[in-house]
Amino acid sequence: MSKKYDAIIIGGGHNGLICAAYLAKAGRQVLVLEKRHVLGGAAVSEELYPGFTFSVASYVVSLFRPHIIRELELAKHGYEVIPMDCSFLPLPDGDSLARWADSHRSRREIARFSKKDSEVYPEFSRVMTHMGKLAKAVIDHPAPNINSINPKEIANLLRLGKAFKDLGPDLLHLNIKLVTMSALDFLDLWFESEVLKAPMSVSGIIGTFQGIRSPGTAYVLLHHYMGQLDGVFRSWGFSKGGTGGVSMACARAAMSYGAEIRTEAPVKQVIIKNGMATGVVLENGDELYAKTVISNLDPNRTYLKMVGENHLDPDVLKDIKRFKLRGSSGKVNLALDSVPEFSCRPGDGDHIRGDIAIAPSIDYLEKAYDQAKYGEFSTRPYINAVIPTLTDPSLAPPGKHILSCFVQYAPYHIKEGAENWPKYREAFGDTVVDTLAEYIPGLKDKILFRQVLTPWDLEQTMGLTEGNIFQGELSLEQLLFQRPVANYSGYKTSIPKLWMCGSGTHPGGGIMGASGELCAKTMLTSRAI
Amino acid sequence: MKWKEWAGYYAVCSYETLHDSEYYAFRNSAGLLDVSPLFKYRVTGPDAAAFLSRIMVRNIEKLAVGRVSYCCWCDDYGKVVDDGTVMRRGEQEFFVTSADPCYSWFSRFLRGYRVELTDISDQVAGLALQGPTSRDILKQICDADLDALKYFATCKARVNEFEIYISRTGYTGDLGYELWVKNEHALKLWDAIMAAGRNYDIRPAGLDALDVTRVEAGLILKDVDYFNALHALIDERKSSPYEISLGWTVDLERAPFNGQAALQTEKEHGSKWAIVGLDINWPELEELYYKRGLPPVLSNHAWRSSIPIYTAKDKRIQAGYATSGTWSPILKKNIALATVQKQYDKIGMELQFEVTVEHVRHTVSATVCKTQFYNPERKTSTPKFPKS
Repeated sequence: MSKKYDAIIIGGGHNGLICAAYLAKAGRQVLVLEKRHVLGGAAVSEELYPGFTFSVASYVVSLFRPHIIRELELAKHGYEVIPMDCSFLPLPDGDSLARWADSHRSRREIARFSKKDSEVYPEFSRVMTHMGKLAKAVIDHPAPNINSINPKEIANLLRLGKAFKDLGPDLLHLNIKLVTMSALDFLDLWFESEVLKAPMSVSGIIGTFQGIRSPGTAYVLLHHYMGQLDGVFRSWGFSKGGTGGVSMACARAAMSYGAEIRTEAPVKQVIIKNGMATGVVLENGDELYAKTVISNLDPNRTYLKMVGENHLDPDVLKDIKRFKLRGSSGKVNLALDSVPEFSCRPGDGDHIRGDIAIAPSIDYLEKAYDQAKYGEFSTRPYINAVIPTLTDPSLAPPGKHILSCFVQYAPYHIKEGAENWPKYREAFGDTVVDTLAEYIPGLKDKILFRQVLTPWDLEQTMGLTEGNIFQGELSLEQLLFQRPVANYSGYKTSIPKLWMCGSGTHPGGGIMGASGELCAKTMLTSRAI
Repeated sequence: MKWKEWAGYYAVCSYETLHDSEYYAFRNSAGLLDVSPLFKYRVTGPDAAAFLSRIMVRNIEKLAVGRVSYCCWCDDYGKVVDDGTVMRRGEQEFFVTSADPCYSWFSRFLRGYRVELTDISDQVAGLALQGPTSRDILKQICDADLDALKYFATCKARVNEFEIYISRTGYTGDLGYELWVKNEHALKLWDAIMAAGRNYDIRPAGLDALDVTRVEAGLILKDVDYFNALHALIDERKSSPYEISLGWTVDLERAPFNGQAALQTEKEHGSKWAIVGLDINWPELEELYYKRGLPPVLSNHAWRSSIPIYTAKDKRIQAGYATSGTWSPILKKNIALATVQKQYDKIGMELQFEVTVEHVRHTVSATVCKTQFYNPERKTSTPKFPKS
């Protein structure tokens, strides 16, 4: 009989590793099983081309919870994030907009397009900082269970209510707008210039199969505004060594507390006996047993593949099948021979050291969505590009660079069926390079290596069902006590002893770590482990 | 963009409005900082080592050629006058840096020594090239065997048509070098480094970024963390090396040197004060801000004002005062250097740190820790001499 663990965690993404670290720190015997040869799930760094380390999927950090860094001593284990100073928007007419950490510098830039907007911009930032404070109440606690009369749950609900009430009437009304409006309508409340609204609105659609005019997308905007680095809200940064650096810090922390981590150990299924999870079977047939099993996989994979339909009640099955994943984005990673220079603002200055958006107008973004609605990838996509090598030279040989491009829309369900994505992979990559080349002359000659990840590829390699980067859309009906599904939120599943700690649970996606942390803390406080 | 006075020179605080990118250059790539305002002295002659040993608390006679020593020097009462580095360039040739002008002080002890002391502050410029890629950059422009140059070692090198001295020293607590060059070649050296550094993400860096790194490294600063004994108006402002975390540099068992007797006595009877590191409790500070409906406010600058430190048991009893501190972006900690009474200097001890939130005074807890908060392996590692 093999060693019996207190918990086996399926999947070594950052949430799984954080969950493992918290449980191990509390003295539990924990085993993490990762299918791939590298840890991190979607927050992973890989040397895809000699000398070049890529953040293969997830590429920037902001939402990571500061108290997790502290509680798990992640800085000691190598967690390091370098903040970005600029958001750069090149425009096809040769103009461009750079928004900086320095507010007056931003004001002068924005004033070239709208004097009013340039002065409203800090007001907007102020309001979003207030909204961001809500983050503490919303994302740093498990979602309240609104059906429970357990005093703890009621207190949790009241605490959340108080946080909203504390916003004051004006901000509360605004908050209602935020969760119901479209990203664009919401921004229309403040701004007039499209040059500002277009790049700002895309925060509302990232990872979502919606357009910037789709109701509800304003919330995703907030989700991207909730981040904080060093106490500064809304700031984004690069993880040193790529986003895998965050995962590896979490892994080292987990191991320092005694957790065991195995890579290339794909799990085939959760073992269910008498309706309860008792362990897992690996692809190689090995059986491992534990008091509890925790899945870092998305809800779809957890319930339909790891558990299996035969163990599920029809209601649960129906809900899980209706859970919206609908991946909408892809990734193109380029290794470059030299710095990419933008014709509208040449040079390797600070403007390209942050994130670079190809989002020249509102119609551009809407048209990109139109194509996706009918099962095609956008031929003129929204691209969010970064050149991390300008701030972290350890990622590439001297003078060489990485251009990492998040691309939307690339719908998982293309007309011909998702399994036909490989046929279109290179055409999709060409589209991205062609689009960028319009702004970066000579880009094509600089490319040493190219990796194209379609939503199909994200599903196949990372195990993200339908290629959804958040393990499920961040739409209002799939949040809080309804994430992933009503009745089985709060990290529990319908199968006793089986828990979930991935971003398919509250509070959701991004390199945030909250799902992993809250799952572990919920299990520990409820004495489930 | 921002300037300030440094020893009679205008020195750059930051090249941009915010110094953050310069800080990250020190920690992730490389920053180039002009340290020319430091005072520089050449000491030569058959008795050069004996002379310096007479002044310094360290035994300079033991310093090997090609090595650098960080030390301080005291008055007769064992109180620190200044701190700096002593580089042994030859059997009879030394190069000394200091923060304050020390020509007059050093001259007082010349009698009887076959030594020539020259103030070369105005003739030699200093550039600090600091950060993980600094070695790679320097390799591009000079002929020195940098893979063999150990931490606190110095050597001569050729850059194009001129010579420089390299010392593997710095004030950032990271891998880095300080380069000493005759004034007439200084600009050429700067340009050569910047050109070679382009592929290594080099940035010109100023004193604001340096200040954050030096607190992380636990390196003290004169007139901030202690005062020059010769300039102190009252005795309470004077400190012994033991009291400013430089006790390790004092070498008592040797020929007479300035302050020896007083330091011997202090060693036997114990010191009154100690400089410690403080790890200021962040959740408590955050809570104070949240109570006022504010996100925690952090200056991204290192601060250097005196902040009272109280005992954990009784907030009316002052244990000491913090003299400089910063939010450490790399450690994710709110840290400070503090002077506390000796009985409060034990690692792990809890003290109370005064904070002002929305104009109201509060205290938050702070844990005593080592002054060296950040100490990456690359700072001291040498490729040709890997540690076993």
